[in-house]
Amino acid sequence: MQVQLSHPARTIEVKGPKKVKELLRELNLVVEAHLVIKGDDLVTEDEMLYEGDQIEIRPVISGGSPHFTSHISRLTSQE
Amino acid sequence: MNCTKCKTKAVIGLPRHNAAFCKVCFNGFVHDQVARAIKSEWMFGKEDRILVAVSGGKDSLALWDILLKLGYRADALYVNLGIGSYSEQSHAKVRKFAEAVAASHGATLHLHTVEQEAGAGIKELAQLIHRPTCSTCGTIKRYQFNRVAIEQNYDVMATGHNLDDEAARLLGNVLHWQEEYLDKQGPSLPASVAGFAKKVKPLYRLSERELAAYAVLNKIDYIVEECPMAKGSKMLQYKEVLNRLETESPGTKQTFYWGFLEKQSKKQPSATTMTEKDRAVLHPCTSCSQPTTAEICSYCKMMARAKTVVPR
Repeated sequence: MQVQLSHPARTIEVKGPKKVKELLRELNLVVEAHLVIKGDDLVTEDEMLYEGDQIEIRPVISGGSPHFTSHISRLTSQE
Repeated sequence: MNCTKCKTKAVIGLPRHNAAFCKVCFNGFVHDQVARAIKSEWMFGKEDRILVAVSGGKDSLALWDILLKLGYRADALYVNLGIGSYSEQSHAKVRKFAEAVAASHGATLHLHTVEQEAGAGIKELAQLIHRPTCSTCGTIKRYQFNRVAIEQNYDVMATGHNLDDEAARLLGNVLHWQEEYLDKQGPSLPASVAGFAKKVKPLYRLSERELAAYAVLNKIDYIVEECPMAKGSKMLQYKEVLNRLETESPGTKQTFYWGFLEKQSKKQPSATTMTEKDRAVLHPCTSCSQPTTAEICSYCKMMARAKTVVPR
């Protein structure tokens, strides 16, 4: 099956059949930080993937936006 | 794996809730979590005008989508930072969502372009004034979101910070014992002085994975690429560590952050005390009138410095 990965964007070939959680483990990817999409559908970790399936493993983690921590620090600086 | 509620085929498993959901029940779960956050933290009501800070990423676009679907009056502001193709792509995603989804709810998208005001994009600007890019970005975004919220008379400003953002930030603050920040890490900051908008984080009960799933399931086209400036950031490292813990022990992130909020609520100075503290040290910037502890706020100092070095 073809597996599309990000950061950096690349496609790899993986032998099926195997479950989503086995695929993630094989690629050393943490479940909590990824979504697995088969075709256009989101699939759970126990879903079986077969030869010929188009799979995308999408990372979900982002660096985040600036926080509005404190009214004092957010618009001022002592530089 | 079947949906815990309706027993049809599930599309996502949520180990931290010992549950799995189909698309319909998952959307219901997400909307419930946001409604609960808004109510329990007294964020805003149906009559309030909300300004959502959008970046083109999954969290902020999901937040705008959820608020509109829950029937709130939510407009948005996008700040174009001028980071080459990354900014072009993220701007296009925001515009697409505004036209395809938000417009039908009567919502408006505001735009601020850094290059128009500063004469350069964020990366060049940071180099010219000798400051880290992320810190320059933070100063500009905070300033512009607050400015638009105040000038356009919004009651509250909402950001897409999620459970992972808050847990990672809490971990960073604890590791460095930055107690002054710990005191103010709640999901709702009051409008303590004139010139500051109230700021809230309605997604603090939802993880990044849940928000990405919400975006995919609802066909919200967001920018998957990471901001090129955020590579190797400490926040990403903390998130990675927390996600390894979460995978081994589901519920770690919520126990960490929600547990912290619960403890803080018992000893935290009230919003009134926070307001009193702010009022004691803040006064209007002599240049732009936004509140600051100095004579001139950091944004105006930055712009003044930029204008001396950027060719116009």
